[in-house]
Amino acid sequence: MKRRDFVLQGAALAAGAAAGQALLPRMLGAQPPREDWLQDPATRQLAMRALDAARTAGATYADVRIARNRQQALGTRERQITFFNDGDTFGFGVRVLANGAWGFAASREVTPDEVVRVAREAVAQARANATANKRPVELAPTERFPDAKWTSPIQVDPFTVPIEEKVDLLLRANAEALKVQGARFVNSNMFFLKAEKTFASTEGSYIEQTLYRSYPTMNVTAVGTGDFQTRQSTDVAPRGLGYEHVRNSRFVESAERWAQEAVAKLTAKPVEPGRYDLVLLPTHLWLTIHESIAHPTELDRIMGYEANYAGTSFVSPPADYLGKFRYGPDFMNIQGERSSAGGLSSIGYDDEGVKPDEFLIIKNGIVNDLQTTREQAPWLADWYRAQGRPVRSHGNSYAQSWSEVQFQRMPNVNLLANASRDVTLEELIADVKDGILIDGDGSFSIDQQRYNAQFGGQVFKEIKDGKITGLLKDVAYQMRTPEFWNSMDGLGGRGTYFVGGSFFDGKGQPSQVNAVSHGSPAARFRRVNVINTGRRA
Amino acid sequence: MPDRKFLSRDEAEAITRRALSFSTADDARVNIQSFTHGNTRFARNQISTAGDAFDGQLTVASAFGKKVASATTNRFDDESLRSVVQTSERLAKLVPEDPEYLGELPAQQYVQNKAFFETTANLTPQQRAQAVMAITGPAERQGLISTGFLDIIVGSQTVATKKGLFAYQTGTAANLTTTVRTPDGTGSGWAGVGENDWTRLNPAELGDRAIRKAVLSRNPKAVEPGKWTVILEPTAVANLVQLMMFSMDARQADEGRSFFSKQGGGNKLGEKVVDQRVQIVTDPASDIAPASSFNGQGLPNRRMVWIENGTVANLNYSRFWAQKQGKQPTGFPDGFAMSGGNTSVEEMIRSTERGLLVTRLWYIRQVDPRTILFTGLTRDGTFLIENGQITTAVKNLRWNESPVFMLNNLEAMSAPVRVSASESGDVGSPVVVPAVKAHDFTFTSLSDAV
Repeated sequence: MKRRDFVLQGAALAAGAAAGQALLPRMLGAQPPREDWLQDPATRQLAMRALDAARTAGATYADVRIARNRQQALGTRERQITFFNDGDTFGFGVRVLANGAWGFAASREVTPDEVVRVAREAVAQARANATANKRPVELAPTERFPDAKWTSPIQVDPFTVPIEEKVDLLLRANAEALKVQGARFVNSNMFFLKAEKTFASTEGSYIEQTLYRSYPTMNVTAVGTGDFQTRQSTDVAPRGLGYEHVRNSRFVESAERWAQEAVAKLTAKPVEPGRYDLVLLPTHLWLTIHESIAHPTELDRIMGYEANYAGTSFVSPPADYLGKFRYGPDFMNIQGERSSAGGLSSIGYDDEGVKPDEFLIIKNGIVNDLQTTREQAPWLADWYRAQGRPVRSHGNSYAQSWSEVQFQRMPNVNLLANASRDVTLEELIADVKDGILIDGDGSFSIDQQRYNAQFGGQVFKEIKDGKITGLLKDVAYQMRTPEFWNSMDGLGGRGTYFVGGSFFDGKGQPSQVNAVSHGSPAARFRRVNVINTGRRA
Repeated sequence: MPDRKFLSRDEAEAITRRALSFSTADDARVNIQSFTHGNTRFARNQISTAGDAFDGQLTVASAFGKKVASATTNRFDDESLRSVVQTSERLAKLVPEDPEYLGELPAQQYVQNKAFFETTANLTPQQRAQAVMAITGPAERQGLISTGFLDIIVGSQTVATKKGLFAYQTGTAANLTTTVRTPDGTGSGWAGVGENDWTRLNPAELGDRAIRKAVLSRNPKAVEPGKWTVILEPTAVANLVQLMMFSMDARQADEGRSFFSKQGGGNKLGEKVVDQRVQIVTDPASDIAPASSFNGQGLPNRRMVWIENGTVANLNYSRFWAQKQGKQPTGFPDGFAMSGGNTSVEEMIRSTERGLLVTRLWYIRQVDPRTILFTGLTRDGTFLIENGQITTAVKNLRWNESPVFMLNNLEAMSAPVRVSASESGDVGSPVVVPAVKAHDFTFTSLSDAV
């Protein structure tokens, strides 16, 4: 027995015997968590009890996550409220390795008896799964964090902000939108999340984290004769911040413009299909990055683990791509990170206790690295060794709640701004003879290996001879990923940089929702295929 | 420790009564969902993850006059119930009036649906693993790579109001899907199905279908995008037709922002919008596609005909919009059954001079709500038909098309069958559709994805 194992078993025994007994009754009977449950020593004792039960049942590795998610959602339309809901879910999940296979079980009853039952059930799951398995799971080593803590860098906890203030802000924004003639309908919403979670593993880590997310959003509909058009508030992105994000977003001040842009689309010129130069604002480009770079560089997908739903990837096999494949021009650098302040994927430690690092997925236009968990990092061991880099997870494990098993989810994946000079949007436009500027993300669809994609937008501006000359509608571009990114010939500087993101990114079976940010400057692409999406019934 | 996988009627009734006893609001409603969600995933011919989660959700909506708000918890002890009621009441007092709030419903009569099966409720992780092995074993023996997902939900739903309404139903659902790929990466085949009754699933047959498609789909050839005659297998039909069902909201139509809006005002009720052979029905009493007995407000779901002889027979009216328009509220179409014909897929192929056979559709996103135009791609089994025979696998294609156009261009339909209609493979509402042969389906570009 190694010393580490001994120490851990000692702690677990103590949890069940002496110190723990005094604390455990407080958690009995699935009582609601106290506000300070995360720091309550009883929480830690329950986690240790679950780990001990898993080990006793035969697990070679186990982790437990006890978590509470508070969510708030409110919605309005025009001059009235449509819903207001406060959600609260509390429970725990135990993941184990036994006989080389994963097992998982979870429950909403956070009690001493139930953590033992669930830990045993997870081991039974693993044993059932092992009967069909040939290759045992191996985990890359990770640092041990026996007493780690992390909290989102927020200023205002959204759950402490008066309800009246939130409702008032949305209704004022609606009123601004409805002042615009032709703007007939407006829906606006706010979503907030406060997630508190502990992570404990049989390797000796114990981590407490609290993260926040905030997302105000609006959709304006303009109705004309035989036509209707919408504009979504895509220049206000969801963020991993507190209520200060809502206050700083200029949501009310922007509503009139969103409404004007919806109305203007009614009389905008339908696009003539053909090849155009595109100037894509980061309010739009973040989603193209998400779909055509971030998803295809997920290693589980590349290796076939998501083939039945999310799909595989054209970046396969990794050995043919790492260090070899030109994704885009020399000045293209794509970074993965979970540390940027306000990033939706930002976190101190991932859901298997790894401290995420910052890494370049694409370096000078060439594939340089991939997104990994502890199970996956060893699959790239040859590449890392050849590069003189350690075999370690990038900390990309995530589960949407305690009730689902954690798996590989993307970090914040960013297109880095032009490093040589602060290239302006005007400069990017000036060099376009016949093109379209796209602001905001719209319709999006991409194939299961991430080659063929089609993207719409919110606002489309015609560019002729370096100048914006009018508005277009019914625009979508179709692309093949490598050709598209290699057609990028202009990259904006820091001055054009914006962080967009998705609050509801789905992957996995059962489908789990992740939230992720993507920073990007404006960029220019040459001769992209544009279609007209308007059809008559 | 839960010895059952969900709340019984007695337990649910006791909890809702308890929660409502804490209510001081003018009106209140309690919704409970209680369930165990089990799943087994497999990849590369072995189980990758599996788990069971025991959970529940209780939402209390409280109203003071027309000021309404709700709060949700997943704990059902007294302290949590009192707290969730108080939270909803505190919120309700603070929000502005909702002029559309009609109050909660009194007691209602329900049609009992047949969505619960012991065979599904009692399925063990070991049985799930065996089902998976019925797919992975043959795939591996043939040198192929299988990936897939078995998703099981066993649970109950409850609605109770302060006005005396109590509605309770149980249900089980099982969804099994698999994608089998060839090791050279040039072929991929899919098969899947959703059922309420586990015994109606046949994992080995399903795996065999995916295997045959994977082998057949190797080395696909490129064809020109454009207008094609297509034979859409039932899953692909469901992928499209459900988009039309989601668009049948009466209010959106009356407000002029829907395909179902009538030029000059009003909606398309009574107008013929698709081929006259099409009928689409929702029915809680259906054996093959049992819809919920009630909706989230406790409103009874009854048999609803949405499309009859190609004509819009009903739109989805909420309680508020129904009252405003002098209609009966309909409830949301929760699952549906579409009529079919008697042409088998084999006969459709034989009658096709040149066309494409499509297994399923992927990454389906709305492009233009005015025409219910969506885009997406074909996936996991797309084949060229020439002179009545499948001649080769073809590369996948992006399409930009509307279910309305597709259902107007109908040539033939097969007998309808139950499908797995969601792209995700998660358990979803029951959907029954035929395979369809239609002309002039619009493909706009080629994809290299296999």
